[in-house]
Amino acid sequence: MKLKQLEGLLGDLQQFSNPKVDLEQYPTGPHIASRMLFTAENSYGDITDKVVADFGCGCGTLSAAAALLDAACVIGFDIDPQSLETATLNAEELEVEIDFVQCDITKLELKGRVVDTVVMNPPFGTRKKGADMEFLSAAMKVASRAVYSLHKTSTREHIKRAALRDFNAKTAEVICELRYDLPKLYKFHKRKEVDIAVDLWRFEPKQK
Amino acid sequence: MRLIVHNMLTCNIKGVVNKFPLRIEAEKVIKKEVDFNPDFLRHMLAKIEWKALVDGARSMGYTELPDQLESEESYSFLKKFHHALLELHLEEGSLVCQETGRKFPVEKGVPNMLLHEDEV
Repeated sequence: MKLKQLEGLLGDLQQFSNPKVDLEQYPTGPHIASRMLFTAENSYGDITDKVVADFGCGCGTLSAAAALLDAACVIGFDIDPQSLETATLNAEELEVEIDFVQCDITKLELKGRVVDTVVMNPPFGTRKKGADMEFLSAAMKVASRAVYSLHKTSTREHIKRAALRDFNAKTAEVICELRYDLPKLYKFHKRKEVDIAVDLWRFEPKQK
Repeated sequence: MRLIVHNMLTCNIKGVVNKFPLRIEAEKVIKKEVDFNPDFLRHMLAKIEWKALVDGARSMGYTELPDQLESEESYSFLKKFHHALLELHLEEGSLVCQETGRKFPVEKGVPNMLLHEDEV
């Protein structure tokens, strides 16, 4: 599948109808999502024929991208039942198979090393402090091959230090810097649109 | 929920020791065919908890899996493994913690693993 085609398909997905500000629900746009997964597969071989988990999947954009790039199995995890309903509809629309689990990712305990790759656009921690680190910690416990995650560029040094020192990362690399354009989603948003600098990270866990 | 997912889910209630596997109580099971990928399946054989898969499949009405993992990975064996792991969907039912009896509901194929306040 070509990048443009992937981006086009992801652009047709339904997004949050009533986003919950406390969960930091923001859609992952098709531009970022397609590039993130395309790079994960073309540069690192982490998606096709692999078991891919999407932490904080929301409406399932990253999950859908993984499925369209022929992951062997895609599992989306989220706490919000409405998002999971939308994600289920999106999977049906695209005619791809995605399993979904409703849970609190910070309390989740998964057995074994079945999951190869975790992809995620986690909360940045603007509502619940430290949420971004909790998601990263959880992902590093689960993935056997790699974790792909988006974090604010302003947190770059902090993330690198925590990943290598506390979360069992063998490597922690910023693959590229992206502009995350957030449309005015919530009433407290003053500007019509805001551009946030985010890093796309790739973490490799140490082998057990 | 397919058995590949069931094979990783545990009961995360505080203090529980016997957290895996969760027992399946199936009310509605559907079957959906997916492409057969023998390389992927061979790769999975080393990672899957076999007994949990066999018991899980039985709970969903599929009894063709052998009790022990076969050393010879024949085509017919891999087809059964494929079917159990990837083609059986628990649409409605529960996942039951073997230690506490707590039921995690499965609705429209989605297991709800959220804990109550006193379980955390």
